[in-house]
Amino acid sequence: MARIDEYGPVVGQAVIDDLRLLSEKLRGKVVQHINSTSVGGGVAEILNRMVPLLNDLGVDTHWDLIKGGEQFFGVTKKFHNAIHGQPGEITKRDFEIFRETSEQNIRDVSIYGDIVFIHDPQPVALVERKSGNKWIWRCHIDISNPDRRVWKFLRAYVERYDSAVFSAPSFSQRLSIRQFLIAPSIDPLSDKNKELPEETIEAALQKYGIVRDKPIVTQISRFDRLKDPVGVIEAYMQVKRYFDCQLVLAGGTATDDPEGMQVLEEVREKARQDPDIHILLMPQNDIDINALQRASTVIVQKSIKEGFGLTVSEALWKAKPVVASNVGGIPLQIAHKYSGLLCHSVEGAAFAIKQLLSSPEYARKLGENGREHVRNNFLLTRHLRDYMLVFLSLYYPDDIVYL
Amino acid sequence: MDALIRVADPFRFYTRMNLTELTGLSASTIGDLLGLIKTVPGSSIYHHTHRFLQQHQYLSPEPPNDFAHWVANSLGEDELGERLASVDTVQYPTIRALRAKIVATIEEHLRRDPRARKPFAREGEEFHFKKSVSFILPTAFVAYDLRDFAEILKKITIDSIYFHVFEARLRLERGTNDFSFWIESSFGEKALAGEIARLDPYTRTLDNLRRTLIHLIEKRIGEGNGADR
Repeated sequence: MARIDEYGPVVGQAVIDDLRLLSEKLRGKVVQHINSTSVGGGVAEILNRMVPLLNDLGVDTHWDLIKGGEQFFGVTKKFHNAIHGQPGEITKRDFEIFRETSEQNIRDVSIYGDIVFIHDPQPVALVERKSGNKWIWRCHIDISNPDRRVWKFLRAYVERYDSAVFSAPSFSQRLSIRQFLIAPSIDPLSDKNKELPEETIEAALQKYGIVRDKPIVTQISRFDRLKDPVGVIEAYMQVKRYFDCQLVLAGGTATDDPEGMQVLEEVREKARQDPDIHILLMPQNDIDINALQRASTVIVQKSIKEGFGLTVSEALWKAKPVVASNVGGIPLQIAHKYSGLLCHSVEGAAFAIKQLLSSPEYARKLGENGREHVRNNFLLTRHLRDYMLVFLSLYYPDDIVYL
Repeated sequence: MDALIRVADPFRFYTRMNLTELTGLSASTIGDLLGLIKTVPGSSIYHHTHRFLQQHQYLSPEPPNDFAHWVANSLGEDELGERLASVDTVQYPTIRALRAKIVATIEEHLRRDPRARKPFAREGEEFHFKKSVSFILPTAFVAYDLRDFAEILKKITIDSIYFHVFEARLRLERGTNDFSFWIESSFGEKALAGEIARLDPYTRTLDNLRRTLIHLIEKRIGEGNGADR
């Protein structure tokens, strides 16, 4: 695990010095993160990085999990989809299941933080344990157009927190508590993002039977309807009429996503006719993901909804040209035509991919701009700074704070 | 001028770190936008006229303010977009004055072209009002003479330069940037202070601003040393 000082060569020593200044102001406070899974998905990934680094900076930080069975995670998956505005039946029994498991967690989870940092809806009800300490609700998902009934149910909990944190401005809701905008981040030193020797990239390609004899178009994402893997295949098919290229769809599934395997089957079915489509189920193999991104000619993120879409920053950090949907946090990462191309449809994605395949110089410039944009805004060090600022904001209500 | 003159009242470099607060307020038309610009906190006006500078520092010069960018790109009102982008932020000593100018620019446009009230932003492209919460803290860097000062400018974060140049002048209403104030009041270097104060920091990238400041100070140190010989 990287130490904070190892980030100096990437972001500049002065940035690290500023983080240390800030951390001194949090001495004596205990920060407790709570979420529902320690593996799979962006939340676990970021906490695995953040918690050790905050401790390295001297902020006493801990990470705990709630428990829940298959039924509970089935319900929270339904909530997740409903918050994303996807229709689906949610029964009275679903709300009861959520409450029952929450009550068990309220009894069982030890709460000891001066600052309790709750991630996503699954553990939201723990706020009933609030007594004299500070509570933050961190929403990692796109909540711009939520199902009203589910949001009303969750909102009753959310408004008992001191502050809420969202990943994009469009997720902001009218709430009686303070709300902050904190984009997530990528770790430039992680296996997923560090520089790789050419042999490692080649070995990964060989492992998955991919030959670099034609351009590679790639989407790295969980097999989830909201990532629209079927739409990516359709866009690829439109491109394929003009460019002999290949498509890689690679990703895993999270332990709290029972729907993943079903989507994977649909994708395999759709891809069956074309040997140039590579469907790779590769749970948690970061070096291979990194290698696939680096070997790609164009990277796509055609999500229908997106909490943030960290794979976009991952691709940009590797200076890759990216085509991505204009949803959730993606437009924060891509300034259209400056650091990537945004699209709204399968046809739009196909057109943008064709543009990039036919204009390598333009594609290269977009990738370079993208890398600088990520360096300034979406690396872990900026994220650490924002989290420490949110912690401090709990004790200072003003817009200008002298520390 | 002797660059090694040490002054009793040194320059303490501060840094400021910004957190973005969401207001939950959004606009879909120019009318909505105008109404909210009049009522949101000054921290929100500050945020939307300065955010681009920091987040897209490599894409400057000519960073648009968020209002200009939105009316042009989401509503297709190019002319108003251009007028808002041309608001010369550096001319306004306070956020209040800057807000009044933005309001007057939009109102004038609507008077001349009432049709501009009609366009709606498509779903997902509404203007979301945010505000900047600034945390200001002293760094370990202190300069007693101009040579130290230039050396420190090479090392500190862009946030620190940003604080002393933009935030001190406009948001904290100190009238000028902190660098010019110290250089003039401590060394009597009126010309150098004026040269720095006249820079339009809004049309440069932040790294270019850093390089320009260092260049101006080092040039003055060089001239001083030559004159002394």
